[in-house]
Amino acid sequence: MINGISINMYMVLSAILFIIGAVGVMARRNSIIIFMCIELMLNAVNLLLVSFSTLHNDAKGQVFVFFVMAVAAAEVAVGLAILSMVYRNVKSIDTNLMSNLKN
Amino acid sequence: MLSLFIVSGLGVLAMLAEIFKFKKYVFPIVLGGLIGALGALYMEWQTPKSYALFDNMIVFDKMALAFSGVIIVTAFFWFIFANDYFEEESNVVDHTALVLFALTGALMLTAFKNMTTLFLGVEIMSIPLYVLAASKKRYLASNEAGFKYLIMGSFASGFLLFGIALIYGATGSFDIAEIRQYLTDNAGTVPSFFIAGVVMMLVAMLFKVSAAPFHFWAPDVYQGAPTVITALMSTIVKTAAFIAILKLFMIGFSGAATVWSGVLAAVIALSLIIANFTAAVQSNVKRMLAYSSISHAAFMLMVVLANVRSNASVSGILYYSLAYSIGSIAAFTVFYNVSRNGNETVEGFNGLAKRNPLLAACMTVAMLSLAGIPVTSGFFAKYFVFTTLIGTEYKWLLILAVLTSAVGVYYYFKIIIAMYFKNAETTEPVFFETSNKLVVIITTLITLIIGFIPDVITGLFVY
Repeated sequence: MINGISINMYMVLSAILFIIGAVGVMARRNSIIIFMCIELMLNAVNLLLVSFSTLHNDAKGQVFVFFVMAVAAAEVAVGLAILSMVYRNVKSIDTNLMSNLKN
Repeated sequence: MLSLFIVSGLGVLAMLAEIFKFKKYVFPIVLGGLIGALGALYMEWQTPKSYALFDNMIVFDKMALAFSGVIIVTAFFWFIFANDYFEEESNVVDHTALVLFALTGALMLTAFKNMTTLFLGVEIMSIPLYVLAASKKRYLASNEAGFKYLIMGSFASGFLLFGIALIYGATGSFDIAEIRQYLTDNAGTVPSFFIAGVVMMLVAMLFKVSAAPFHFWAPDVYQGAPTVITALMSTIVKTAAFIAILKLFMIGFSGAATVWSGVLAAVIALSLIIANFTAAVQSNVKRMLAYSSISHAAFMLMVVLANVRSNASVSGILYYSLAYSIGSIAAFTVFYNVSRNGNETVEGFNGLAKRNPLLAACMTVAMLSLAGIPVTSGFFAKYFVFTTLIGTEYKWLLILAVLTSAVGVYYYFKIIIAMYFKNAETTEPVFFETSNKLVVIITTLITLIIGFIPDVITGLFVY
C-alpha cells in the first residue's frame, strides 16, 4: 500500500502504459510517433520502479530511474539524428518507405 | 578491470585526437592500447582474487576475464581489418571512438553482477552501434539499417527494463546473487509477476542476440550496415550479449529454470530451422552470414538451456565464442575485399581460387569452421556444446541441430564451390590490403591451431 492505493494498481497502470507504447511501436507508421511510444514504454518502467522503490522503502529503484532517463535521452538524441538523415534522403519520415532491404 | 578503464580511456583519447590534431597516431595508439588491455587481463588472470568495483556491481572474476579476452582479441583483429575502411571515411576518429565505446559496453557485460550494470552495458554497447550502422550517410540502405536497429534495440530495451522492474518489485534487489538467493529461499512461492519479469528479460535478451522468432531485424540490419560494422555486430556484440544471457540465466535465474527452459528450447528449435533453411536460399552473402549467425546463436543458447554450471559448459562456450568470432572475422575480411566492387552476391567469389589461391584457402577454412567440419575449431565448438546438452531432457534438440547443420553445410559450401569450380571473367587477383591479408592468415591459423589443440582454450581455467 502506497498512500492508500494498493501496489497492484500501480502495476496495472504501468502495464497499461507499457502495452500502449508497445502496440504503438508495432502499429504506427510515423517515425516520430514510434519514438514517442518508446518513450512511453520507458516511462511506464520508471513509474513501476518508483512505486516498487517506495513499497520496499529502498532508494535503489529511484536511482535506477535516473539511469533509465539518461539512457532514454541518449537514445532519442541518436534516433532523431538518424531520422533527420533519413529525411534528407527520402523527404519523408514514413516507415513504409524503409523497406528496401530484401534478398 | 584495468582493461575496462584502458578501453574507455582509449575512446576518450580518440575523440581528443580531432581537437589536438594527432589523428594519424590514433590507429597505432588504439592497437597498442588493446595489447595493453590484453596484458592487463593477463596480469589480473595470474592473481587469484577477483576485482570488484562500485559496490559489487562489476566483478572481474576468471569467467569475466576469459570472455573479455575473447572480445579484446576479436577487437584487435577487427581494428586491423577495418583500418582500411576507416581511411576511406572522413570522420575516422569518430568511428574509432564509437567502436571503442561499444567495446566498453561489451566488457561491462562480461563482468556485470547487478541489473544496473547489465542495462548500462547493453545500452553503452548498443547506442554507438546504432550510429555506426547508419554511418554511410548518403546510402539509404545504411540509414534504414541504422533506423531499424535503433527502433528494435530500444523496443527490446523497454522489455528488458520492464522485466528488471518486475524482478526488483519481487525481490527488492538488483543484485544477481541476491536474486539467486531469493529464488532458493522462496522456491515454489515466487509471485507470478516475478516470472513475467524473467520471461520479459529473456525476450529482450533474445532480441539482442537475434534468436528466432525475434530475429527479423538482423538480416536487414546486417545487409544495410557497412560490411566492417556488420563484422563487428556479428562477432563482438553477439559474444557480449550472449555472455550476458549466460550469466543472467545460469547464475541469476537458474532457480526458476522450469519457467524459462521450455521457452528457450522452443526458441532454439525455431532458430535452428528458420535460420538454416532461410540462409540456404539467400543470394546476398551478408544476409546469408546474418542467418548463419542466428543459427550460431541457437547453438550457444544450448549451453544456457543445459543450465549446468560446470567447467565443461563454461569453457565450452568460451571456446565456441572464440571459434565463431575468429572464423567470422576471417570470412568478413575476405568478403569485404571481394565485394569492394559492390557485388555482394555469392557470384562475387567466382574463381577466387585462381585469382588469390592463398586467401581462397583461408576462406575455405573459415567456411569449414563455421559449418563445423572436423579439424577446424568450429567442429570442436559444436562438439563441446553437444556434450553439455547430452545429460539433459533436451536430446531431441541435438538431433535437430545435427540435421539442420547438414543444411548449413550446403550454404557454406556454395561459397567454396564458387571459389573453386566457377570461373570469373578476369583472372586478375582481387586487391587486398597487406593488413587485411595478415588478418585473414592469422585468424585462419588460430582457427586451425585451436582446432588441432582444443585444450589450449578448454584447459584454460577450472570453473
